[in-house]
Amino acid sequence: MSDWRYRLAQNRGTLLAFVFFVVMFAIYSSNHPAGFSANVVQTAANKGVLLALVAMAQTFVVITAGIDLSVGMVFVLTNCLASWIVVGTATTAALGVVGVLLTGLACGAINGLIVIYGRLQPIVATIASGAVFFGVALLLRPIPGGDVYGPLADAVTGRIFDVAPASLAALVVVVLVLWVPYRRSAIGRAAYAVGSSETAAYMSGVPVGAAKFCAYLLSGLAASLAGLFLTFVTYSGEASAANGGSYTLFSIAAVVLGGVSLFGGSGSAIGAIFGALMFRTIGDLMFVFNLDPLWQPLFQGLVLLAAVCVGSARLFQVRNRLELFP
Amino acid sequence: MSEGTQTRLTGALLRRVDPPVAIAFGCIIAMLLLGSLYSRSFLSPEYLLQQLKVASFLGVIATGTMIVILLGQIDLSVPWVVAVGGMMSTAATGWGPVGEAMAIPFGIACGVVLGLLNGFGVAYLRIPSMIITLAVNAVAQGLMVVHTGGFSPQDSSSPAMRKLATGDFLFGLPNALLVWAVVGAGAIFLLNRTTFGRAVYGIGNRERAAYLSGIDTQRVVLVAFAIAGGLSAFGGVLLAGYASKAAQAMGDAYLLPAIAAVVLGGASILGGRGSYLGTIAGVILITLLQSILSVIQMSEAGRQITYGVVIIAMLLLYGREGRAR
Repeated sequence: MSDWRYRLAQNRGTLLAFVFFVVMFAIYSSNHPAGFSANVVQTAANKGVLLALVAMAQTFVVITAGIDLSVGMVFVLTNCLASWIVVGTATTAALGVVGVLLTGLACGAINGLIVIYGRLQPIVATIASGAVFFGVALLLRPIPGGDVYGPLADAVTGRIFDVAPASLAALVVVVLVLWVPYRRSAIGRAAYAVGSSETAAYMSGVPVGAAKFCAYLLSGLAASLAGLFLTFVTYSGEASAANGGSYTLFSIAAVVLGGVSLFGGSGSAIGAIFGALMFRTIGDLMFVFNLDPLWQPLFQGLVLLAAVCVGSARLFQVRNRLELFP
Repeated sequence: MSEGTQTRLTGALLRRVDPPVAIAFGCIIAMLLLGSLYSRSFLSPEYLLQQLKVASFLGVIATGTMIVILLGQIDLSVPWVVAVGGMMSTAATGWGPVGEAMAIPFGIACGVVLGLLNGFGVAYLRIPSMIITLAVNAVAQGLMVVHTGGFSPQDSSSPAMRKLATGDFLFGLPNALLVWAVVGAGAIFLLNRTTFGRAVYGIGNRERAAYLSGIDTQRVVLVAFAIAGGLSAFGGVLLAGYASKAAQAMGDAYLLPAIAAVVLGGASILGGRGSYLGTIAGVILITLLQSILSVIQMSEAGRQITYGVVIIAMLLLYGREGRAR
């Protein structure tokens, strides 16, 4: 293939995120007292997949040059809902899963309608809708509790053939079912076009409104998958504002680490997933080096700060100062 | 003052008031009237002064948020900069008489340092503000966790801080309200009467054009973020004085209300447009909304839902962008 150079340039962010993650995880697992065992990987995977799904939700919207500050709250809301309805027999649990996913889609649809047809700025609109989602979550679970259909939860958070973590397999399935077809579809390409330049996309006959709406829908869906998965991990639902807020902020960090541009139009959900896994590994690195856990938040913050400053290296290539001001 | 000048003055005032600001003030009055149907005490001076006092904390923080939003940027580091302001000032109180005297300026200075870090990242490293402020927020959180866990500092505030936040001045006017009045007057002067303020609006509209007009845009952005950091920390100092102690999560409840207040006051989140009068209206509106919802004993869930719905409804009323293209 003669166009490999262009393809490499286009996917550089994703590849970098992948390489950094592999290096960090290698350091992590080689220094872990238990070594590179199935147990270590399974625990790390369960934590990482949660953030990866939320980061994926954020990616859909960020690609269209929007931002969804309500992903964390949709995540919390669907967690609370799942702790009510994904229970009982296999049939009722399956219906419950469908209900949870539909709720996620509905949340995404609300965001999309407000942003596209209400013509509000996504930052403010999703902050407000996030408050509403959190309120509904509190209605569902004023105090933490609930249950979940055990066999399904164990299957998804356990191990396949006692080797590979099932959560990673589930994540791969989500990527194959949700992201890959979307990326290759007309509406997915339209989302990238809208993110690059909305005016140019409109002039070329791209369905701008539909592309954005679809992005918000899928964002809600991915966030509800994350909420469902949290229920499987914790066996309960909790309307925690702190959880919602931090997952929203972490999702932005993960998206950036994964090479998705916040200005829209470039990056991929796969990059964001590796960004999320990397972010989680950074947090865990402290433990294996036997440092005081007190220093963990500071360490995580400094690594994040360093990571976002690395992108400024491009400033050395700037020849004309005007290029600084887009 | 003669009759003529007075009408001319009100005429000039009317022309200068944006429709969003007028609507926001209208909503405040409507809310008070609705509240008074529930209980007469909503119109009592004591209740109103108490609300203004509570609003002052948000008002000081929102002033910094507004300057950043006018630049077309956003400051997500508010929660932990507020906490840094509160916690460092109380910590300074524990360092003997000199520390106690310097508690308030020290708290603010710590916020300015974090603000400078934000500003340097945005202006000189050209990192999107949403990311760098997020990272600085994480660093501030880490610093405070190490600070509390490692050094077990004093967390109760100094008498001066308590007096500033809870005391009364003449005629029963709360000190906190006076602080907000001073900060607000300073912000109005800075934004409307100085070249710095003009530059802030200019950069918010188009940084490239401002740069080509000879403004050192990078320095203006740096200074604006430093001011915002200082004001957030000052809010934290006041909050620590109000609660008479500082806590780690004390700033969490202030990020979203501050942004919402600025936007409800008619400022454009894209920058370059908005007046301080609007921010005052937005701050009072948010405080009043929160207060009324808690007075009528709505559950936390209902409060969150109403809060979100009201913000969206008000923005749909006047915060919509024009049809692009």
